[in-house]
Amino acid sequence: MEQLICKNLKLGYEDITLAEDLSFSVEAGDYLCIVGENGAGKSTLMRTLLRLQKPLGGTIEYHDDLTASSIGYLPQQTLVQKDFPASVYEVVLSGCQNSMGFHLFYSKEAKERARKNMERLGISGLAKKCYRDLSGGQQQRVLLARALCATEKMLLLDEPVAGLDPLVTTEMYSLIDKLNDEGITVIMISHDIACSVKYAKHVLHIGNEFFFGTVDDYRKSPAGNKYLGEGCHHHHG
Amino acid sequence: MNYWAYPFVRYALIVGVLIALCSSLLGVILVLKRFSYIGDGLSHVAFGAMAIAAVVGLTDQMVLTLPITILCAILLLWTGQNAKIKGDAAIAMISVGALAFGYLLMNLFPTSSNIAGDVCSSLFGSMKILTLTKTEVILCIVLSIIVVIAFIALYNRFFAVTFDESFAKAVGTKTTLLNFVIATIIAVIIVLAMNLVGSLLVSALVIFPALSAMRIFKSFKSVTIFSAILSVCCAFFGIVLSILCDTPVGSTIVITDIAAFGVCWVVGRIKGN
Repeated sequence: MEQLICKNLKLGYEDITLAEDLSFSVEAGDYLCIVGENGAGKSTLMRTLLRLQKPLGGTIEYHDDLTASSIGYLPQQTLVQKDFPASVYEVVLSGCQNSMGFHLFYSKEAKERARKNMERLGISGLAKKCYRDLSGGQQQRVLLARALCATEKMLLLDEPVAGLDPLVTTEMYSLIDKLNDEGITVIMISHDIACSVKYAKHVLHIGNEFFFGTVDDYRKSPAGNKYLGEGCHHHHG
Repeated sequence: MNYWAYPFVRYALIVGVLIALCSSLLGVILVLKRFSYIGDGLSHVAFGAMAIAAVVGLTDQMVLTLPITILCAILLLWTGQNAKIKGDAAIAMISVGALAFGYLLMNLFPTSSNIAGDVCSSLFGSMKILTLTKTEVILCIVLSIIVVIAFIALYNRFFAVTFDESFAKAVGTKTTLLNFVIATIIAVIIVLAMNLVGSLLVSALVIFPALSAMRIFKSFKSVTIFSAILSVCCAFFGIVLSILCDTPVGSTIVITDIAAFGVCWVVGRIKGN
C-alpha cells in the first residue's frame, strides 16, 4: 500500500530552485534512501515532506492514515542540544507531543510508550542520564526513540550516522534495519551512498542526476555506477 | 526586626519575590534557546518607552511601556528566525537605539529638575527601598500568577519547542504561537522587573538563576525548579540586605545572584569531578 506519493515536486526557497520535477512514491514497509550531492536539496525535500516548508510546486499525498504530523523525524543535531540539561527520559517523552491534543500533560499511555521505545533501542538504563553527557551514538539512539514515540508508521532520518565512528555507524544502520523489519517505513538521507544503499530497498538520487527505483536498478544505472564506485567506507565487517 | 511592620517593606518583598520567580522560570528557556540577550535588549526598549510615557505625561506608564515592549519582543523573536538582519544584530540595534532615544527625550522634555537622578533610577532601579503603591503591587501579583500558570500549563510544550523546534513543528506543535507566548511573557516580566532592578540590570534576574541551576542539575525539570527556588531566595536576601545595609536594591539583588552563581559553579565542579 502506498503511504506517500509525490508528484512533480519543485523544491527551494523563494527565488532559488534546488530541485525540480521530483516524482516518487513510498510504500508501507519501504526503505528509501535519498542520496545526492551537497546542496542538491535532500534536507529541503525532507523538510517539505514534513510540511516544515512549502513546496514551490507539485503535490504531496499522504495515504494509509499517514499525516505529516504522524511521521517520526530524526533531524540533524543542533548546537543548542549539545549542552542542553535534559534527561534522556524527558527527551524521549517529548516525542509524544503530537498525541497530547489539547491536554496539558502527558498521558499514562504516552509515558508507557516512551518507556517501551527506550527499551526497544536499548537505552532504558540511561533514562535518568543527562542528554549532553552521552556519546554521539547514544544521543542518536535517544533521538531515534523520540521519533518512534511520534510514529508507528514512518521514520524520516536526516543523516542519522553523521559524526559517528565506524563501529557505532554499523550499529546504527542495523538498528534502523531492525526497525524497518518490524514494519516501519524508513526514509533516510545519507552522504555515505555506498554504505546506506546496502540496507535500502529503493533509492532516490537527486541533484545533477535523477534516479528513482530499486537498489538493484540503481547499481546498473549511470548515476549508481558513478557514485557506488567509491566503495563503502564504514562497513568493515 | 521591625522592618516588617512597614507596608512598603512588605510590598517590596512581595513584588521582588514574585518577579524573581517569574523571571527565573522564563530565564531557563531564554538561556537554552540562546536568547539571553533578548532580556537586555527589551529592557532598553522598555526604558525608551518609559521616557515617551513620561514626556506624554501618562500617570500610569505601564499602559505604554507594556504594549511597546511586547511588540518589540515579538519582533525580535520573529526576526531571529528568518530575517536578513540576524537575531543578535537586531537586538543590539533595537536596544541601543531605544536607549539613545529614551535619554534624548528625557533631556529634550525634562519632566523634573533632576534628570540625572531620573535616568539613573530607571537604569539601575531605585536608590533606596522601593516605594510601590497598592495598585502596583496588586497588578504585579495578578500578572505573576498569570505567568506562573501559563508556564506550568505549557511546560511540556515549552520544553519541546526549546529542545528541538524543528521536531516540534514537524509533529504538529504550534511553535510560532508558542514563541509568541514566550515573547509576550518575557516582555511582561521585564516591564514588571524594571521598577525593581532598573533596566540595565533586568537581564541579570533572567539569566543568573538559570545559569546557576545548569551548573548543578542535569534534567530540565530540576534545572527549572532549582532556578526558581534560587532566584526567590536571592531576591529575598537581596532586598533584606539592601534595607539593612542601606544599599541600592537592584544591584544588591544582582550581587546576591552572582554570589549564588559562584557557589553553584564550585558545587558543579566538585560534583563533576
